[in-house]
Amino acid sequence: MFDASTTYVSLEQDTSLGMITLRADLASDKLKKAINEIGLGDLPAQRQIVSSSELSLGWMSPDELMLFCASQNVADIVQTIADHLAGEHSLVVDVSDARAHFVLKGAHIREVIAKLAPVDLDPTQFDVGELRRTRFGQIAAAFWFSDQTTAHIICFRSVAAYMHEQLIRAAASGSEMGIWSEA
Amino acid sequence: MLIFQCPYCGIDADETELSPGGEAHLKRFGPGASDEDFESYLFMRENPKGVHFERWRHSNGCGKWFHAARCTMTLEVFGTYSAQTFEPPQEIKDKISQKRPGWSWRNFS
Amino acid sequence: MSTRLSSGGLYIDRSARKSFTFNGKRFEGYEGDTLASALLANDQMLMGRSFKYHRPRGVVASGAEEPNALFNMGRGRHFEPNQRATTTELFEGLEVASQNHWPSLEFDVGAINTKLSRFLPAGFYYKMFIHPRPLWKHVYEPFIRKSAGLGKAPSEKDASTYEHFYAFYDLVIVGGGIAGLAAAKTAAQTGQRILLIEQSAQWGGRALIDGGEVAGQPVDNFVEETLTFLKSKSNVTLRTRAMAAGVYDHGYLLAYERVSDHLPEAKGPRHRLWRIRTKKIIAGTGAIERPLPFAQNDVPGVVLASAARDYLAGYGVSIGDRTVIVTNNDDAYLTAIAVKNAGLDVVAVLDSRANGAGDLGQKVRDMGIRVEQGKGIAMVKGSKRVTGVSICSQAGEGAVLEGLDCDCVAMSGGWSPVVHLWSHCGGKLIWDDRQQHFKPDVNNYPKDASGNPLVWVIGAANGVMTASGCVVDGERCLEGASDAGTAAQPETHEESGVNPIEAVWMMPQGAGYALRSKAWLDFQNDVKVSDVQLAAQEGFHSVEHTKRYTTLGMATDQGKLSNINGLATLAGALNLPIPQVGTTTFRPPYTPISMGSIAGLARNEAFQPIRQTPMHQWHEDQDAYMEPVGQWRRPYCYPRGSETHAQAVEREINQTRNSLGLLDASTLGKLLVKGPDAAKFLDMLYTNMMSSLKVGKCRYGLMCSENGFLMDDGVVARLDEETFLCHTTSGGADHIHAHMEEWLQTEWWDWKVYVANLTEHYAQVAVVGPNARKTLEKLGGIDVSKESLGFMEWSEGKLGGFDARAFRISFSGELSYEIAVPANQGLAFWNTLLEAGEEFGVMPYGTEALHVMRAEKGFIMIGDETDGTVIPQDLGLNWAISKKKSDYLGKRAQEREHMVDTERWQLVGLETMDGSVLPDGAYAVEAGTNANGQRNTQGRVTSTYYSPTLSKGIAMGLVKHGPERMGDVIEFPKVDGAIVKAKIVDPVFYDKEGVKQNV
Repeated sequence: MFDASTTYVSLEQDTSLGMITLRADLASDKLKKAINEIGLGDLPAQRQIVSSSELSLGWMSPDELMLFCASQNVADIVQTIADHLAGEHSLVVDVSDARAHFVLKGAHIREVIAKLAPVDLDPTQFDVGELRRTRFGQIAAAFWFSDQTTAHIICFRSVAAYMHEQLIRAAASGSEMGIWSEA
Repeated sequence: MLIFQCPYCGIDADETELSPGGEAHLKRFGPGASDEDFESYLFMRENPKGVHFERWRHSNGCGKWFHAARCTMTLEVFGTYSAQTFEPPQEIKDKISQKRPGWSWRNFS
Repeated sequence: MSTRLSSGGLYIDRSARKSFTFNGKRFEGYEGDTLASALLANDQMLMGRSFKYHRPRGVVASGAEEPNALFNMGRGRHFEPNQRATTTELFEGLEVASQNHWPSLEFDVGAINTKLSRFLPAGFYYKMFIHPRPLWKHVYEPFIRKSAGLGKAPSEKDASTYEHFYAFYDLVIVGGGIAGLAAAKTAAQTGQRILLIEQSAQWGGRALIDGGEVAGQPVDNFVEETLTFLKSKSNVTLRTRAMAAGVYDHGYLLAYERVSDHLPEAKGPRHRLWRIRTKKIIAGTGAIERPLPFAQNDVPGVVLASAARDYLAGYGVSIGDRTVIVTNNDDAYLTAIAVKNAGLDVVAVLDSRANGAGDLGQKVRDMGIRVEQGKGIAMVKGSKRVTGVSICSQAGEGAVLEGLDCDCVAMSGGWSPVVHLWSHCGGKLIWDDRQQHFKPDVNNYPKDASGNPLVWVIGAANGVMTASGCVVDGERCLEGASDAGTAAQPETHEESGVNPIEAVWMMPQGAGYALRSKAWLDFQNDVKVSDVQLAAQEGFHSVEHTKRYTTLGMATDQGKLSNINGLATLAGALNLPIPQVGTTTFRPPYTPISMGSIAGLARNEAFQPIRQTPMHQWHEDQDAYMEPVGQWRRPYCYPRGSETHAQAVEREINQTRNSLGLLDASTLGKLLVKGPDAAKFLDMLYTNMMSSLKVGKCRYGLMCSENGFLMDDGVVARLDEETFLCHTTSGGADHIHAHMEEWLQTEWWDWKVYVANLTEHYAQVAVVGPNARKTLEKLGGIDVSKESLGFMEWSEGKLGGFDARAFRISFSGELSYEIAVPANQGLAFWNTLLEAGEEFGVMPYGTEALHVMRAEKGFIMIGDETDGTVIPQDLGLNWAISKKKSDYLGKRAQEREHMVDTERWQLVGLETMDGSVLPDGAYAVEAGTNANGQRNTQGRVTSTYYSPTLSKGIAMGLVKHGPERMGDVIEFPKVDGAIVKAKIVDPVFYDKEGVKQNV
């Protein structure tokens, strides 16, 4: 009775997103240079995600960032950053295959996410530019908005099927609430 | 269902994002320690009615451990702070003193 | 008889007829009806049977407090028992059936219990069923099980869907009556984010029923205007059919929204559970009228005075043609007026107070209604419906003064504020002697995370009993809900023209046993005044004890009508003031919520996360038999054709030992540990020395808790000078990752180490068997020869075009490689291996073959040989414990007296004398008994299998002095009493020299 064709936001699982875990002293000059080198400006502040046309860089914790890029560029970017950080305590590693990436599109993405995550989705509290690590149902996940109608969600790949199942339920047609947009 | 502010990512985290980690500020005793010290480190815990210090981890979040000072009776939270410390920050101790004059907990007061 | 009047009914739409069935009989009602009003409109006054005595019961209330009118509703996958008629909105096609009777509602055999009621007093079950003991299991328990429960349990899976919603507000106002609306109006202007919820389908609450003026305008205008205003405010969310079920710590509030109970054909969830975090809660939850305890007060047709008005004004339904009103307060006089104005007969108003009512009393007399002061009801006449009452003096013992014919009795024992939300999280109550009820004690409020007031109560719930007072109380809500929490108690000065309520806890006051044993307190659970008095007499002085002994307030209505009357009766019996007896604890939910709403979306495929490897679908496609390993599902074996699991396991082992097998080992934890202090860190985490491991090499390591007990094991590979890859058990990756982070963050925070969990980035395949090397050589790439990739070494590069890291490690004792490739390439790599191995008859093997092969080799398994009380020294693993290290986690613990005790059971192999397989977990007995008279034991089985390789049963176990007792035979009793004899042997059953894995 649940499938992705009967949801009130669209749902896609995207497999082309490259992901790189970057652990280092976020105040390091070498790190800043490395990030500039790959085409991004300032590092994201606490809980922020910064983007260029090809890359996004999210703040994961005080000593961890996650870089999102096209999967074919991962190896080169890992090398570039690692080279810049040579001699400094750091960890740069390709984790692209460790996670699944879901894209939700539509006017109601906020309320669909609020059915699964204990997060205040009010636009005054969460908006484009923030990356939130939390849980969706019973699994850890993170999400961010690239615009007002597009949400990105990542979780570990082993639980992608579970994530899919709960997203299509949360977004099932007929369960609209109209909290942040007319139902 | 508690809420603690994670001092690392700034989130007011719902208890379902957190994992409890028992008492804070334990001192580790390893090889060479007396039986009494080791027993105390491993097994002896405070069980106060009132001010208490605990460890929590923002496990469904930034993954960091932090400390929380709270009242076990009213569940009032006096503050959360970094886990990389041997004692609560003065600011939190002051806040507790203001709300619970005369409090003490292990060696802190 | 109860009937629909030709006019009236605020809530109903007479142009929209709805048909429904009751016990198979077809009835009609209107849109806006509740099931209760629609049944009454059809003169269906008998609605159910009580729980214990099976007495005929009708509706007594009009809202959530209703104890009697509970129904089995729907059918099949939409069946649900115990649905309250008073809160069930009527819809076309609704099907209900009455409960707790046999063979029919009209004629119920169980009603014999009422004749036996003298023999079924309070505590009957406790007294009766305790002796003789054997009767419990065979007679009493089956009998109680058969008669327990009101409704039927559903027999089919629920077809409806449910969901949760996480919501965050500055302020949640509970109750859409005039107090709540007034509060919302005030608060909305502050710009705070506000949620206003109302449990019923209508806004306005009871004030609309009684009319009058508030805030200088008619009540209905006030409600309409306020709603219009609130709807225009973007910071206010309004929700009807949403009940605040419970208040919990730190502003957690559960609200239960009945989204489509009234729209059964609608798509979407039936119920939605709002999991709200709010800074403040304002409860405008109203008050509930109390019944009066007089004899036969449970006969259908005896209703609350307010309910009689609700049915008249709300639904145009009259309970009877001739009504007797009985009261101890002025409020019930409104019912007399309403009934009379509806053109029906009010036989008399019986007022227990000698001085009667204030202004309303005069008004009622002026309407020509007979008013009797200082009088009450001695006994109601009738059984399935009221036929009359006998009047007595309230001050007397029940001598009948006069009989009156009537078909409805409307009673009022005063009003109890609904203080549940105040009380759920610690708010205290005070007794208001003037109004005879408990109300919130503003000085003892429930606290939020900062110690400030979390809940504030307004209106009738706060003891404000006039409409205009409720609006005023609502408007000043922000004052009360301020952080200071210093607001004064609401003003409850005496209204002019109103005479105060009189405490009436038994009518008449001096009633004898015959009357008291017919005066009901708890209608649903059949608890009478005499039961509570008996409990008190038998020593149950605490209200909580009396509750459990008598079951007062323990039914689905949780004593909404009965609690105050019950505790007042107890106070009377104990000769104590009511506040000293106190109330029972108010616990969530306020009214029952559906089990489905608690589960939310977590049903069927979304019930729980099942972790899947990159090859999971392939395993499913092969019809592998899967088993849970932590949250993973792993193939246990791959049965072919009609094979049993045991046969499949045997085939998989033989194939692997003789040629080539593949195992999906992707679930193994893979933690990357990097930094200048990584080696030092791993030396602390493992019992072994990891800092001495050479780059390019692997080492098996053990991890212990600070308590010394073994918690995980696995192979560590050194990738470069400061980088290690630590493999953990399948179930252990997250736990061990957390363990590492804990020590790094909270103890050694100055050490330079980063950890990344790469478990799911890789698919890992164990390629095992004498032909493993030949198979990998066929793929081309990494040199897997003995010379280039020796035992316990690793190498990386391309393998058959895949980015691979090859570990030459073995958990089976065979020539074996574990190959990691990026997870996205896992399935393709698996298929490539199957193809390359075809000439060797390659077969996938499951976890059971893995277990048997490791047991044949005497390798331990975390969770089998360990159980949280086992140290490595118990398992003959001293070789893996570094003697050179001054410290590692668990080292100090392992030096404790009990840990070095030579009496600790030690790992050995076990071989049954007859070749059979020992039962798992069996204990070896020794002579004598312990202090409890139990047989002494000297060991236990930790792993036991049939070994296809050796064609006999093999086992491992922990045995006292085991390693010194090789060849001894010990005895293992089985559950059936038979004894299995087993010989103590070396735990390595297969290839002791390790020749095969090292070729």
